Amino acid sequence: MIIMQEQTMPAEKENAHKAKIDALLHLADDSLIMGHRCSEWCGHGPILEQDIALTNIALDFVGQARNFYQHAATLLQQLPSDMALALADFDITPASITEDSLAYLRNANAYKNHLLVELPNGDWAQTILKIFFFSSYRQMLFQQLLKNSDTQLAAIAEKSLKEIQYHVKWSGEWVMRLGDGTAESRERMLKAIDYLWPYVGEFFNCTEYEKTAFELDDTSIVLLKQAWLNKINEIFQLATLPEQTFGKWYQSGGKLGIHTEHLGYILAEMQFLPRTYPNAEW
Amino acid sequence: MVNTIEHTESDVWQLLSTVNDPEVPVLSIVDLGIVRNVSVHNAESITVTITPTYSGCPAMDVISMQIRLVLLEYGFKEVKVEKVLSPAWTTDWMSESGKEKLKAYGIAPPLPKQTVCKPDEFQEEEAVQCPHCLSYNTRLISRFGSTACKALYQCQDCKEPFDYFKCH
Repeated sequence: MIIMQEQTMPAEKENAHKAKIDALLHLADDSLIMGHRCSEWCGHGPILEQDIALTNIALDFVGQARNFYQHAATLLQQLPSDMALALADFDITPASITEDSLAYLRNANAYKNHLLVELPNGDWAQTILKIFFFSSYRQMLFQQLLKNSDTQLAAIAEKSLKEIQYHVKWSGEWVMRLGDGTAESRERMLKAIDYLWPYVGEFFNCTEYEKTAFELDDTSIVLLKQAWLNKINEIFQLATLPEQTFGKWYQSGGKLGIHTEHLGYILAEMQFLPRTYPNAEW
Repeated sequence: MVNTIEHTESDVWQLLSTVNDPEVPVLSIVDLGIVRNVSVHNAESITVTITPTYSGCPAMDVISMQIRLVLLEYGFKEVKVEKVLSPAWTTDWMSESGKEKLKAYGIAPPLPKQTVCKPDEFQEEEAVQCPHCLSYNTRLISRFGSTACKALYQCQDCKEPFDYFKCH
């Protein structure tokens, strides 16, 4: 009996470890791609203050991405190197596993972000709504992560939550302003909902690695989904926008590495320099 | 003669209070409340623990370097600067003298934690005092300002725009 336990435990432990790495990369990739998309607005905002707001939000996301990548790198460094390289799914074998190599030396199909975050920015309404959907989801997920048995993951969630609350507030106010604004702003908001809604289902279509690492069971996922929808509809009501429900069909795949064509373009731009000039510093 | 100078922790705190935030240069990192712990191991070795104001705060690298420099100059040989995230930094940790310095510099200091910090409240505004004419008749222009830690306000009385070190 004892021998059998000894044989099964390492496999379970290995699976839990793998789930944790996948989940950290998923969180990091989400933050990095969100941050990158927000940063594309730099110099293009409708007015200076909102341009600054988006670059501030971009900075928060990139900062959060660094925390997740650093934590993933620390865990990977503790593993035998062939196992670590396989888990991170590098495209080129890095000189060492660091936050930078995780961000710059993995291909699109190793990225685990939601499809929603890689979509092009579109107009102001689309960008606002994407931030509102994503940040509201993150706020609820991270509240769950505060209790996570991985204390570093819980600490990153705690730190990030303070920033996310601000993003939810800011984007929520804009949803109200645009939805209940002029005929044109409302029209654009409605179009943004039509465009983005098929992608929000992926938030709650949890992968095995999310369930394991985030310590979520089916009930907590259902509760999360309902709480998120309530929050969205609460703000939509104030914005005089139509109440939403989840459809039966939605886009998904990003969390398992199956992406839209848009991610490749982002990575090409972001990864060009470190891939062309390895170990460049600036 | 043997050098018996003891690097006491209070000396180090004193020293760290000369390191200023590069983005808000009137505030020291001690005023700001980002130095969480000082641990002197022996006459040559020390660990300083800091926490970022915001996850993406670009000043953290500069601050770490400055801490290292000032401590090396003081005589430590081995200086370790560690970053912790929890408990997360809050403006409640800013010293009273720090708040006064901010105000004198023209930045409205953060108000104590209040309802506006709750995540679920929308459209609640804080009564932020204008650092120039001290009026409370002010309005929010933007939730985001020149750095991650500030918001942009305008005084309705003296008409001056000003930065508010936002409650966090």
